[in-house]
Amino acid sequence: MIPLIENVCVTKKEWITHEEMMNITVVAESTPGPIAINCATYVGSKKKGFWGAVAATLGVTLPSFLIILMISFFIDRFLEIKWVASAFKGIKIAVGILIFDAAVKMIVKMKKKPLSIIILSVAFIAMMLINVFALRVSTIVLMLAASLAGLFVYLIKRHKNGEASK
Amino acid sequence: MILFELFLGFLWIGCFSFGGAYGAIPLIREVVLSYGWIEEEKLSYMIAVSESTPGPIMVNLATYIGSVKAGVPGATIATAAVILPAFLTVIVLMTLLKKLIGNGVFQATLSSLKACVIGIVLATGAYMILINCIGSVNNFSVDYSAIIMTVALGAVYFVSKKIIRNGISPIILICIAGIAGIIVFGR
Repeated sequence: MIPLIENVCVTKKEWITHEEMMNITVVAESTPGPIAINCATYVGSKKKGFWGAVAATLGVTLPSFLIILMISFFIDRFLEIKWVASAFKGIKIAVGILIFDAAVKMIVKMKKKPLSIIILSVAFIAMMLINVFALRVSTIVLMLAASLAGLFVYLIKRHKNGEASK
Repeated sequence: MILFELFLGFLWIGCFSFGGAYGAIPLIREVVLSYGWIEEEKLSYMIAVSESTPGPIMVNLATYIGSVKAGVPGATIATAAVILPAFLTVIVLMTLLKKLIGNGVFQATLSSLKACVIGIVLATGAYMILINCIGSVNNFSVDYSAIIMTVALGAVYFVSKKIIRNGISPIILICIAGIAGIIVFGR
Protein backbone atom coordinates (compact mmCIF):
# COMPACT_ATOMS: atom_id res chain seq x y z
CA MET A 1 0.00 0.00 0.00
CA ILE A 2 2.70 2.52 0.97
CA PRO A 3 4.65 2.24 -2.33
CA LEU A 4 1.41 2.85 -4.26
CA ILE A 5 0.58 5.94 -2.19
CA GLU A 6 4.13 7.21 -2.58
CA ASN A 7 4.00 6.68 -6.33
CA VAL A 8 0.79 8.69 -6.76
CA CYS A 9 1.19 11.42 -4.12
CA VAL A 10 4.92 12.07 -4.34
CA THR A 11 6.16 11.02 -7.79
CA LYS A 12 3.21 11.58 -10.11
CA LYS A 13 1.09 14.35 -8.66
CA GLU A 14 3.78 15.95 -6.48
CA TRP A 15 1.19 16.75 -3.80
CA ILE A 16 3.68 16.12 -0.98
CA THR A 17 7.44 15.64 -0.68
CA HIS A 18 9.19 12.38 0.11
CA GLU A 19 10.09 13.87 3.50
CA GLU A 20 6.42 14.49 4.31
CA MET A 21 5.54 10.97 3.20
CA MET A 22 8.10 9.60 5.66
CA ASN A 23 6.60 11.75 8.41
CA ILE A 24 3.09 10.46 7.69
CA THR A 25 4.33 6.87 7.76
CA VAL A 26 5.85 7.42 11.21
CA VAL A 27 2.70 9.12 12.53
CA ALA A 28 0.47 6.44 10.99
CA GLU A 29 2.48 3.71 12.65
CA SER A 30 2.20 5.43 16.02
CA THR A 31 -1.54 6.07 15.84
CA PRO A 32 -4.52 3.75 15.43
CA GLY A 33 -6.24 3.26 12.10
CA PRO A 34 -5.22 2.35 8.55
CA ILE A 35 -2.25 4.19 7.03
CA ALA A 36 -4.11 4.88 3.76
CA ILE A 37 -6.64 6.95 5.70
CA ASN A 38 -3.94 8.93 7.56
CA CYS A 39 -2.23 9.63 4.27
CA ALA A 40 -5.33 10.70 2.35
CA THR A 41 -6.42 12.97 5.18
CA TYR A 42 -3.00 14.60 5.38
CA VAL A 43 -2.65 15.20 1.64
CA GLY A 44 -6.23 16.48 1.30
CA SER A 45 -5.87 18.75 4.29
CA LYS A 46 -2.59 20.18 3.05
CA LYS A 47 -3.94 20.90 -0.42
CA LYS A 48 -7.42 22.18 0.38
CA GLY A 49 -8.03 22.34 4.12
CA PHE A 50 -10.77 20.44 5.93
CA TRP A 51 -12.94 19.75 2.88
CA GLY A 52 -9.91 18.60 0.93
CA ALA A 53 -9.27 16.11 3.73
CA VAL A 54 -12.89 14.93 3.59
CA ALA A 55 -12.77 14.57 -0.20
CA ALA A 56 -9.47 12.65 -0.23
CA THR A 57 -10.56 10.33 2.60
CA LEU A 58 -13.87 9.62 0.85
CA GLY A 59 -11.98 9.00 -2.39
CA VAL A 60 -9.64 6.44 -0.87
CA THR A 61 -12.48 4.62 0.92
CA LEU A 62 -15.14 4.59 -1.78
CA PRO A 63 -13.81 1.90 -4.20
CA SER A 64 -13.36 -0.79 -1.55
CA PHE A 65 -16.61 0.30 0.12
CA LEU A 66 -18.57 -0.33 -3.08
CA ILE A 67 -16.79 -3.61 -3.83
CA ILE A 68 -17.38 -5.03 -0.33
CA LEU A 69 -20.96 -3.75 -0.30
CA MET A 70 -21.69 -5.71 -3.47
CA ILE A 71 -19.94 -8.81 -2.15
CA SER A 72 -21.96 -8.58 1.08
CA PHE A 73 -25.21 -8.74 -0.89
CA PHE A 74 -24.49 -12.06 -2.52
CA ILE A 75 -21.90 -13.84 -0.37
CA ASP A 76 -24.47 -15.73 1.72
CA ARG A 77 -26.13 -17.18 -1.35
CA PHE A 78 -22.67 -17.81 -2.80
CA LEU A 79 -21.69 -19.80 0.31
CA GLU A 80 -24.72 -22.06 -0.12
CA ILE A 81 -23.07 -23.53 -3.22
CA LYS A 82 -21.38 -26.68 -2.01
CA TRP A 83 -17.97 -26.31 -3.67
CA VAL A 84 -17.74 -22.68 -2.60
CA ALA A 85 -18.39 -23.68 1.01
CA SER A 86 -15.64 -26.32 0.74
CA ALA A 87 -13.27 -23.76 -0.75
CA PHE A 88 -13.92 -21.41 2.16
CA LYS A 89 -13.26 -24.22 4.65
CA GLY A 90 -9.81 -24.43 3.10
CA ILE A 91 -9.44 -20.65 2.98
CA LYS A 92 -10.21 -20.44 6.70
CA ILE A 93 -7.04 -22.45 7.30
CA ALA A 94 -5.04 -20.00 5.17
CA VAL A 95 -6.39 -17.07 7.22
CA GLY A 96 -4.99 -18.57 10.44
CA ILE A 97 -1.60 -18.97 8.76
CA LEU A 98 -1.68 -15.40 7.37
CA ILE A 99 -2.43 -13.87 10.77
CA PHE A 100 0.27 -15.96 12.39
CA ASP A 101 2.69 -14.88 9.65
CA ALA A 102 1.75 -11.21 10.11
CA ALA A 103 2.83 -11.53 13.74
CA VAL A 104 6.07 -13.30 12.78
CA LYS A 105 6.87 -10.48 10.33
CA MET A 106 6.27 -7.90 13.07
CA ILE A 107 8.55 -9.83 15.43
CA VAL A 108 11.33 -9.85 12.82
CA LYS A 109 11.02 -6.07 12.40
CA MET A 110 10.76 -5.34 16.13
CA LYS A 111 13.70 -3.96 18.11
CA LYS A 112 14.45 -6.85 20.42
CA LYS A 113 14.92 -5.19 23.77
CA PRO A 114 14.47 -7.41 26.85
CA LEU A 115 11.37 -5.47 27.98
CA SER A 116 9.69 -5.83 24.57
CA ILE A 117 10.36 -9.56 24.53
CA ILE A 118 8.91 -9.98 28.04
CA ILE A 119 5.80 -7.94 27.18
CA LEU A 120 5.31 -9.83 23.93
CA SER A 121 5.55 -13.20 25.71
CA VAL A 122 3.21 -12.19 28.53
CA ALA A 123 0.70 -10.75 26.06
CA PHE A 124 0.86 -13.94 23.98
CA ILE A 125 0.23 -16.19 26.98
CA ALA A 126 -2.53 -13.93 28.35
CA MET A 127 -4.27 -13.77 24.98
CA MET A 128 -4.04 -17.54 24.53
CA LEU A 129 -5.68 -18.05 27.95
CA ILE A 130 -8.36 -15.46 27.12
CA ASN A 131 -9.14 -17.24 23.85
CA VAL A 132 -9.02 -20.82 25.09
CA PHE A 133 -11.12 -20.22 28.19
CA ALA A 134 -13.30 -17.55 26.53
CA LEU A 135 -12.49 -15.08 29.31
CA ARG A 136 -14.20 -11.73 29.20
CA VAL A 137 -11.04 -9.64 29.23
CA SER A 138 -10.62 -7.03 26.53
CA THR A 139 -7.40 -6.83 24.51
CA ILE A 140 -7.50 -3.13 25.39
CA VAL A 141 -6.81 -4.02 29.03
CA LEU A 142 -3.68 -5.88 27.89
CA MET A 143 -2.61 -2.96 25.70
CA LEU A 144 -3.12 -0.48 28.51
CA ALA A 145 -1.17 -2.62 30.99
CA ALA A 146 1.71 -2.99 28.51
CA SER A 147 1.83 0.77 27.85
CA LEU A 148 1.91 1.51 31.57
CA ALA A 149 4.65 -1.09 32.13
CA GLY A 150 6.71 0.54 29.37
CA LEU A 151 6.13 3.98 30.83
CA PHE A 152 7.12 2.92 34.37
CA VAL A 153 10.28 1.12 33.28
CA TYR A 154 11.28 4.18 31.27
CA LEU A 155 10.66 6.57 34.18
CA ILE A 156 12.54 4.36 36.64
CA LYS A 157 15.49 4.12 34.24
CA ARG A 158 15.53 7.87 33.73
CA HIS A 159 15.37 8.44 37.46
CA LYS A 160 18.31 6.06 38.03
CA ASN A 161 20.37 7.69 35.28
CA GLY A 162 19.60 11.04 36.83
CA GLU A 163 20.89 9.84 40.22
CA ALA A 164 24.02 8.34 38.65
CA SER A 165 24.97 11.53 36.86
CA LYS A 166 24.72 13.57 40.04
CA MET B 1 -30.44 0.96 17.74
CA ILE B 2 -28.30 -1.40 15.69
CA LEU B 3 -26.92 1.61 13.81
CA PHE B 4 -25.86 3.17 17.09
CA GLU B 5 -24.25 -0.10 18.21
CA LEU B 6 -22.39 -0.37 14.91
CA PHE B 7 -21.17 3.20 15.27
CA LEU B 8 -19.93 2.68 18.84
CA GLY B 9 -18.36 -0.71 18.12
CA PHE B 10 -16.42 0.45 15.08
CA LEU B 11 -15.46 3.77 16.62
CA TRP B 12 -13.93 1.75 19.47
CA ILE B 13 -12.07 -0.41 16.93
CA GLY B 14 -10.87 2.70 15.08
CA CYS B 15 -9.56 4.22 18.31
CA PHE B 16 -7.55 1.22 19.49
CA SER B 17 -6.39 -0.59 16.37
CA PHE B 18 -2.64 -0.19 16.68
CA GLY B 19 -0.17 -2.20 14.66
CA GLY B 20 -1.42 -1.99 11.08
CA ALA B 21 -3.88 -4.14 9.18
CA TYR B 22 -3.46 -7.40 11.08
CA GLY B 23 -3.01 -5.64 14.40
CA ALA B 24 -6.69 -4.69 14.24
CA ILE B 25 -7.99 -8.22 13.71
CA PRO B 26 -7.95 -9.40 17.37
CA LEU B 27 -9.87 -6.29 18.42
CA ILE B 28 -12.36 -6.58 15.56
CA ARG B 29 -12.86 -10.24 16.44
CA GLU B 30 -13.46 -9.35 20.09
CA VAL B 31 -15.97 -6.58 19.34
CA VAL B 32 -17.81 -8.49 16.63
CA LEU B 33 -18.15 -11.64 18.74
CA SER B 34 -19.16 -9.78 21.91
CA TYR B 35 -21.99 -7.97 20.09
CA GLY B 36 -22.81 -11.25 18.34
CA TRP B 37 -22.91 -9.54 14.93
CA ILE B 38 -21.61 -12.51 12.91
CA GLU B 39 -20.22 -15.97 13.74
CA GLU B 40 -16.51 -16.65 14.07
CA GLU B 41 -16.59 -18.84 10.94
CA LYS B 42 -18.02 -16.05 8.76
CA LEU B 43 -15.54 -13.57 10.18
CA SER B 44 -12.57 -15.64 9.08
CA TYR B 45 -14.12 -15.99 5.60
CA MET B 46 -14.48 -12.22 5.42
CA ILE B 47 -10.90 -11.66 6.55
CA ALA B 48 -9.88 -13.70 3.48
CA VAL B 49 -12.21 -11.68 1.22
CA SER B 50 -10.90 -8.40 2.69
CA GLU B 51 -7.33 -9.54 2.12
CA SER B 52 -8.10 -10.34 -1.53
CA THR B 53 -9.90 -7.08 -2.33
CA PRO B 54 -8.40 -3.57 -2.38
CA GLY B 55 -8.55 -1.30 0.64
CA PRO B 56 -7.52 -1.66 4.30
CA ILE B 57 -8.78 -4.86 5.96
CA MET B 58 -10.44 -3.10 8.88
CA VAL B 59 -12.37 -0.74 6.60
CA ASN B 60 -13.51 -3.67 4.46
CA LEU B 61 -14.68 -5.62 7.51
CA ALA B 62 -16.58 -2.58 8.80
CA THR B 63 -18.35 -2.21 5.45
CA TYR B 64 -19.23 -5.91 5.34
CA ILE B 65 -20.50 -6.22 8.91
CA GLY B 66 -22.42 -2.93 8.68
CA SER B 67 -24.06 -4.09 5.47
CA VAL B 68 -24.99 -7.52 6.84
CA LYS B 69 -26.51 -6.04 10.02
CA ALA B 70 -28.23 -2.93 8.63
CA GLY B 71 -27.90 -2.65 4.84
CA VAL B 72 -26.40 0.38 3.13
CA PRO B 73 -26.95 2.75 6.12
CA GLY B 74 -25.23 0.21 8.38
CA ALA B 75 -22.29 -0.13 5.99
CA THR B 76 -21.95 3.64 5.72
CA ILE B 77 -22.06 4.24 9.47
CA ALA B 78 -19.69 1.38 10.36
CA THR B 79 -17.17 2.48 7.72
CA ALA B 80 -17.33 6.12 8.76
CA ALA B 81 -16.92 5.18 12.42
CA VAL B 82 -13.86 3.03 11.82
CA ILE B 83 -12.01 5.70 9.81
CA LEU B 84 -13.07 8.67 11.95
CA PRO B 85 -10.30 8.34 14.59
CA ALA B 86 -7.53 8.12 11.94
CA PHE B 87 -9.07 11.09 10.12
CA LEU B 88 -9.33 13.24 13.26
CA THR B 89 -5.84 12.23 14.39
CA VAL B 90 -4.36 13.80 11.29
CA ILE B 91 -6.63 16.87 11.25
CA VAL B 92 -6.23 17.74 14.93
CA LEU B 93 -3.03 16.13 16.12
CA MET B 94 -0.57 16.11 13.20
CA THR B 95 1.58 19.02 14.43
CA LEU B 96 1.37 17.90 18.04
CA LEU B 97 2.24 14.32 17.11
CA LYS B 98 5.36 15.34 15.19
CA LYS B 99 6.77 16.76 18.41
CA LEU B 100 5.51 13.89 20.56
CA ILE B 101 7.09 11.18 18.45
CA GLY B 102 10.62 12.32 19.30
CA ASN B 103 9.74 12.28 23.00
CA GLY B 104 11.27 9.50 25.12
CA VAL B 105 8.19 8.90 27.27
CA PHE B 106 6.01 8.57 24.17
CA GLN B 107 8.49 6.23 22.48
CA ALA B 108 8.83 4.01 25.54
CA THR B 109 5.07 3.71 25.96
CA LEU B 110 4.51 3.08 22.27
CA SER B 111 7.19 0.41 21.87
CA SER B 112 5.71 -1.53 24.80
CA LEU B 113 2.24 -1.14 23.32
CA LYS B 114 3.49 -2.45 19.97
CA ALA B 115 5.19 -5.45 21.60
CA CYS B 116 1.88 -6.24 23.31
CA VAL B 117 -0.05 -5.97 20.03
CA ILE B 118 2.40 -8.39 18.39
CA GLY B 119 1.84 -10.88 21.22
CA ILE B 120 -1.94 -10.52 20.81
CA VAL B 121 -1.80 -11.02 17.03
CA LEU B 122 0.49 -14.04 17.43
CA ALA B 123 -1.94 -15.59 19.92
CA THR B 124 -4.92 -14.86 17.67
CA GLY B 125 -3.24 -16.55 14.69
CA ALA B 126 -2.15 -19.51 16.82
CA TYR B 127 -5.63 -19.85 18.33
CA MET B 128 -7.34 -19.73 14.92
CA ILE B 129 -5.03 -22.48 13.67
CA LEU B 130 -5.77 -24.44 16.86
CA ILE B 131 -9.58 -24.28 16.56
CA ASN B 132 -9.38 -25.24 12.89
CA CYS B 133 -7.45 -28.37 13.87
CA ILE B 134 -8.86 -29.52 17.22
CA GLY B 135 -11.95 -27.39 17.87
CA SER B 136 -12.57 -25.26 20.95
CA VAL B 137 -12.58 -26.23 24.64
CA ASN B 138 -16.36 -26.74 24.64
CA ASN B 139 -16.41 -28.44 21.28
CA PHE B 140 -13.34 -30.63 21.12
CA SER B 141 -12.98 -32.60 17.90
CA VAL B 142 -9.77 -33.47 16.11
CA ASP B 143 -9.98 -32.74 12.39
CA TYR B 144 -7.19 -34.68 10.68
CA SER B 145 -7.73 -33.25 7.19
CA ALA B 146 -7.52 -29.72 8.66
CA ILE B 147 -4.27 -30.60 10.46
CA ILE B 148 -2.75 -31.98 7.27
CA MET B 149 -3.87 -28.92 5.29
CA THR B 150 -2.48 -26.54 7.92
CA VAL B 151 0.91 -28.24 7.84
CA ALA B 152 0.94 -28.40 4.02
CA LEU B 153 -0.18 -24.80 3.48
CA GLY B 154 2.16 -23.54 6.19
CA ALA B 155 5.04 -25.42 4.56
CA VAL B 156 4.20 -24.05 1.09
CA TYR B 157 3.89 -20.50 2.42
CA PHE B 158 7.01 -20.41 4.57
CA VAL B 159 9.21 -22.44 2.20
CA SER B 160 8.23 -20.13 -0.69
CA LYS B 161 9.88 -17.30 1.24
CA LYS B 162 13.19 -19.13 1.05
CA ILE B 163 12.87 -19.69 -2.69
CA ILE B 164 11.43 -16.45 -4.08
CA ARG B 165 11.83 -12.97 -2.68
CA ASN B 166 8.97 -12.13 -0.28
CA GLY B 167 7.44 -15.56 -0.94
CA ILE B 168 4.00 -16.10 -2.48
CA SER B 169 1.45 -13.36 -1.83
CA PRO B 170 -1.43 -13.84 0.64
CA ILE B 171 -3.88 -13.90 -2.27
CA ILE B 172 -2.05 -16.80 -3.92
CA LEU B 173 -2.09 -18.68 -0.61
CA ILE B 174 -5.83 -18.04 -0.31
CA CYS B 175 -6.35 -19.38 -3.86
CA ILE B 176 -4.29 -22.52 -3.16
CA ALA B 177 -6.20 -23.02 0.10
CA GLY B 178 -9.52 -22.64 -1.74
CA ILE B 179 -8.59 -25.25 -4.33
CA ALA B 180 -7.25 -27.58 -1.63
CA GLY B 181 -10.48 -27.03 0.30
CA ILE B 182 -12.59 -28.10 -2.70
CA ILE B 183 -10.46 -31.24 -3.13
CA VAL B 184 -10.32 -32.18 0.58
CA PHE B 185 -13.73 -31.10 1.90
CA GLY B 186 -15.71 -31.20 -1.34
CA ARG B 187 -16.26 -34.93 -1.45
